Amino acid sequence: MIANDLNTVLPELILAVYAMGALMFAVYTGKDRTTPLLIWVTALLMFGLGGWIALMPDGSHEAFNGAFIDDGFSRFTKTLMLWASGLVLLLSKDYLSRNDMLKFEFPILIALATVGMMMMVSAGDLMSLYMGLELQSLSLYVIAAFRRDSLKSTEAGLKYFVLGALSSGMLLYGASFVYGTTGTTNFAGISSVIAAEGMTLGMLFGMVFMCVGLGFKISAAPFHMWTPDVYEGSPTPVTAFFASAPKVAAAGLFARVMHDAFGDATADWTQIIAFLSLVSMFLGAVAAIGQTNIKRLMAYSSIAHMGFALMGLASGTQEGVQALLIYMAIYVVMNIGTFAFILNMEKDGRAVTDIRSLGMYSKVSPGRALALVVLMFSLAGIPPLVGFFGKLFVLQAAVNAGLTWLAIAGVIASVIGAFYYLRIIYYIYFGAETDGLEVRMPTLHYAVLIASAAIMLFGSINLFGLEAYAGAAAEALLK
Amino acid sequence: MITLEHYLAVAAVLFVIGIFGIFVNRKNVIIILMSIELMLLAVNVNLVAFSVHLGDLVGQVFTLFVLTVAAAEAAIGLAILVCFFRNRGTIAVEDVNVMKG
Repeated sequence: MIANDLNTVLPELILAVYAMGALMFAVYTGKDRTTPLLIWVTALLMFGLGGWIALMPDGSHEAFNGAFIDDGFSRFTKTLMLWASGLVLLLSKDYLSRNDMLKFEFPILIALATVGMMMMVSAGDLMSLYMGLELQSLSLYVIAAFRRDSLKSTEAGLKYFVLGALSSGMLLYGASFVYGTTGTTNFAGISSVIAAEGMTLGMLFGMVFMCVGLGFKISAAPFHMWTPDVYEGSPTPVTAFFASAPKVAAAGLFARVMHDAFGDATADWTQIIAFLSLVSMFLGAVAAIGQTNIKRLMAYSSIAHMGFALMGLASGTQEGVQALLIYMAIYVVMNIGTFAFILNMEKDGRAVTDIRSLGMYSKVSPGRALALVVLMFSLAGIPPLVGFFGKLFVLQAAVNAGLTWLAIAGVIASVIGAFYYLRIIYYIYFGAETDGLEVRMPTLHYAVLIASAAIMLFGSINLFGLEAYAGAAAEALLK
Repeated sequence: MITLEHYLAVAAVLFVIGIFGIFVNRKNVIIILMSIELMLLAVNVNLVAFSVHLGDLVGQVFTLFVLTVAAAEAAIGLAILVCFFRNRGTIAVEDVNVMKG
């Protein structure tokens, strides 16, 4: 029995044991001198685990009495998260060493956060949900404040911690009511009670609180207030990390809880999520207009994108979950490409975040400017780039589920949101000429930027088969 | 006779005090940490009350997990607060304002 259980959680186990081993190794040997090695090993391990999980045969396994579920859905999101974390880790190395932050804790904390995320999307029980969520959150609080001597970074960490702990409290309070009214913490058990008795007031109360807590974690408006400050204050590699894997994990967890535990009460939660989606899309689009700091801008952009992703979940159908997964995958690729560029925005050895410093960047480096333009168009959702297809899938799912009003609102929000992406493009090609950014860019960042832009350009032919994978994952979740 | 509802009412009151402690308090970040702890303890009261009411042990196991995580959370919160204090020289809530959000 226990051997089977351990076999099911083997990828998480390997990464967790590796993280602890790496910590011991670094403490007892070279301390910070081992960081470059640890970053490479951690990233390669993540790529390897991601590939291994992707190639696992189909089928669904449960471990620890259903507390941990390994199915197509969790495998899809885990692969995405592991690859995203590994890539961001490799991209971070150069920035960290330039800014004298090459501490060995960084790759270890990223690895632990990733273990937490893997737990989240595999949760089959309120307890494993909470443990996974907290493992991820606690690691993220620390890396938000990673630049200990910077006021902004520590303030970001403090704000993130307070609001994150508040949201965990809300989630737990909701979980306690769900447990009390259904008599079980197991998702399958909760689902069967709801199927038998229907939603009682207590369950509804608990579910709403859980939605609030999860809304915080996914940075959906009106629970988004931490996002811009944390994105701005954290060191840029940390911001890049926040904007990729943890978002996938939160979206995956949201879908998991809603469909696995409350799958028989779709009518009750789809309206909550439709509301979160609507507010996020508009807030993300409108509030970003006044921003000139590119990191804050990306924060509002991520709020708007989460709004779209939630639109898929709000449909409450298998098609909706598929759209959500496709959207998240595309979003992560776009974001990593964009951050590969932002990580190298600097002048005289200091990081620059003002978008006006991009003035006439097309003259400095036409190739990179073009790649960035492709990414910005894709983030705005302009056809025929892949970002457009991500939006198309969620809109389609919403319309087919009878949420036409939400789809129309989404299109309007997307048009408003296009303004600030286009403004960046305006600065790149027509803005007032500035002293310019440094031209230097490591090969890896250059390759990631170009590859991401190329995927956005050429992926529109068949999305690299993503549709079929996401479809299988969604089917596994709703089974 | 103390029924389940009494326990739930106490927990709800504690939880709301915790939330208000975070939002209304303008003095000190330490008070926020205490409020967070209060919220988690309110949840624990809830869980234990439900657990006894249902005659099911899982709720109490959950409580142990929550207690453990709450301790870890407080440790991390204090560590971040110490770093912040070193940079800012104060831990008044109204001084956590370098970035306007």
